[in-house]
Amino acid sequence: MAALQTDSTTAADGTPPDLAQRFDDTIARDQRIEPRDWMPDGYRKTLIRQVAQHAHSEIIGMQPEGEWITRAPSLRRKAILFAKVQDEAGHGLYLYSAAETLGADRTDLTERLLEGRQKYSSIFNYPTLSFADVGVIGWFVDGAAICNQVPLCRSSYGPYARAMVRICKEESFHQRQGYELLMTMMRGTDAQREMVQDAVNRWWWPSLMMFGPPDDSSPNSAQSMAWKIKRHSNDELRQRFVDMTVPQAEKLGVTLPDPELRWNEERGRHDFGTPDWDELMRVIKGDGPCNTERIERRRAAHEEGAWVREAAVAHAAKQAAEKQNGAVA
Amino acid sequence: MSDTQAKKGGWPLYEVFVRGKRGLNHVHVGSLHAADDRMALTHARDLYTRRNEGVSIWVVRSENIAASTRDEKDPFFDPSADKVYRHPTFYDIPDDVPHI
Amino acid sequence: MSDDHVYLSLAEGHEDGDARWAFGTGFEDPLYGVSTAVPEGVDPAELAACCLALGDDALVTAQRLAEWTTRAPELEEEVALANIGLDLLGQARLLYARCGQVDGTERGEDAYAYFRDADDFRSVRLAELPNGDFAFSMARLLVLSAWRLAHFERLAASADPVLAAVAAKGVKELTYHRQYAAEWVVRLGDGTAESRRRMQAGLDQVMPYVSELFAAYDAGETVLAVLRQVTEAATLSLPAVPEAAAGSGREGEHTEHLAALLADLQSVARAHPEATW
Repeated sequence: MAALQTDSTTAADGTPPDLAQRFDDTIARDQRIEPRDWMPDGYRKTLIRQVAQHAHSEIIGMQPEGEWITRAPSLRRKAILFAKVQDEAGHGLYLYSAAETLGADRTDLTERLLEGRQKYSSIFNYPTLSFADVGVIGWFVDGAAICNQVPLCRSSYGPYARAMVRICKEESFHQRQGYELLMTMMRGTDAQREMVQDAVNRWWWPSLMMFGPPDDSSPNSAQSMAWKIKRHSNDELRQRFVDMTVPQAEKLGVTLPDPELRWNEERGRHDFGTPDWDELMRVIKGDGPCNTERIERRRAAHEEGAWVREAAVAHAAKQAAEKQNGAVA
Repeated sequence: MSDTQAKKGGWPLYEVFVRGKRGLNHVHVGSLHAADDRMALTHARDLYTRRNEGVSIWVVRSENIAASTRDEKDPFFDPSADKVYRHPTFYDIPDDVPHI
Repeated sequence: MSDDHVYLSLAEGHEDGDARWAFGTGFEDPLYGVSTAVPEGVDPAELAACCLALGDDALVTAQRLAEWTTRAPELEEEVALANIGLDLLGQARLLYARCGQVDGTERGEDAYAYFRDADDFRSVRLAELPNGDFAFSMARLLVLSAWRLAHFERLAASADPVLAAVAAKGVKELTYHRQYAAEWVVRLGDGTAESRRRMQAGLDQVMPYVSELFAAYDAGETVLAVLRQVTEAATLSLPAVPEAAAGSGREGEHTEHLAALLADLQSVARAHPEATW
């Protein structure tokens, strides 16, 4: 594969060419780059940004579903949702951990999120209006995340790929639990069925937008694909998600709100309508229904928790000092 | 711990190693932040053994290594033994739903 | 792009299977093989009342812990608090199920959780108080878990095999909960000036509700010994235990906080009383 790396490989920056060559060869052979390997600066920076934004998405993603834990209408659903949201915290932690192997600092990454310098998935800027939304998020959003994440299990950067394997295994049941809730509701009362269809109507298009803008509007993708940080294009993944989800919707008995959605025999794929890319841009830029709320909640937790974190540090320092004094005496 | 971390009240980073029941060696599973060794072990148990994994945990900062003791095995690990809903097989979904 | 099934591709490239993640597989059902009949000599009404009260304690405590979601002081604490909440929710479910089996109504767990009013709940009032700050929550968790642990250690020898099994499992969980809370009380008590102030205040606010616990189950000595040990390590002072204030959760007498908590907890279920979820 023709190398697209630009800034890194020659003696111009003093780097021995064989290190750069080793990097290129490793990528070309579909092997893993590990934390101590030499890597182009752009690769490191792009990865930190991608992994961090993925981590931020998991943490922010706790909010729309988390607010339904206290109100879950059965103890079984309560336990399932409580565990799911806990998993999302765990996933964020695994990803921050991967980002830190690249020299990032979690506190710094959190500040970047709060200042809007790093982003999180646009999907979490939409409100959850009913308990059916919990099921639909599991079905659509976790489904889309799986489409996006399974290829990342083969991402070129070792710690990221390994985190993704762990996350995907845990996330596979998140999607199932969401779908199972919807199946139960669709077999239930009229009010439950309407709740499900209403949630589907609101979450379908934002879920398609999760895969990002169309390929012809994605300028940064080419380098990421060359470095094997990104394994498939936005449109490819979006198509895969649609093809996967249509039969599931049929089984469930819900209508996906796209009059242009139909099977195309020639392509062997579904044709579907165009998402409102203006809406995606507005939401990414901060003008979605819940952007402010999501960031403010994260900020509040971070700021209100500061005295607790500081106390733990102070206590640890006291313990360490005591230990030392004990040793000296 | 770096000065920046100290100023921000950040907790130092620990690496976590878990030895699974079937494995022979501790496997590095990732990292986490904790203010001290004890908190690191607690967090590692919460974060890396939520699925009935692992019998022994090692956490290490750059300066030292800490490990859990066998004596604490039961309360430390048993609580996760029956959280049935963490595995997909718990869910009753017809076999013919594609891709799920 | 290959058309491989998204889940099949998860297995790619890992010939050594799952060993690298040290996955466990089995889940034990603590009630497996335990007979559900009420043994001779066990009074069903008493057994039901015991299970109901302990179930209510667990549900209300779990609900307050769930309210920390996305508000915890660090992400690792999100995971830890959820673990504790999930343990207690699990205990509540088993206890409610047992109650339904023995109180003659054959109600399921959700009937108890969602379709009773505040004055039917038998939870202790300490459990329903709002979360306050993290220090208060840790003081409350320490006292409740130490007390519940003492009670469960006793109940592990119950003549009812189901309650005994639930209690035995619960002992392991509660030991962890008590440890977690104790460690935080020590860190906050012997941390910074601010954390000490807040931790002392947290203990002061919890103590008025402690007599009610001991009246419900007398573990006063054990719990106070734990508190003495922890407050000493935390360099805090242990407040005296005031006389019980009027009103007891075990009699269905609650603060206004329980009704507000239940209004949230029960809202969706009560809006669709005929629905299955």
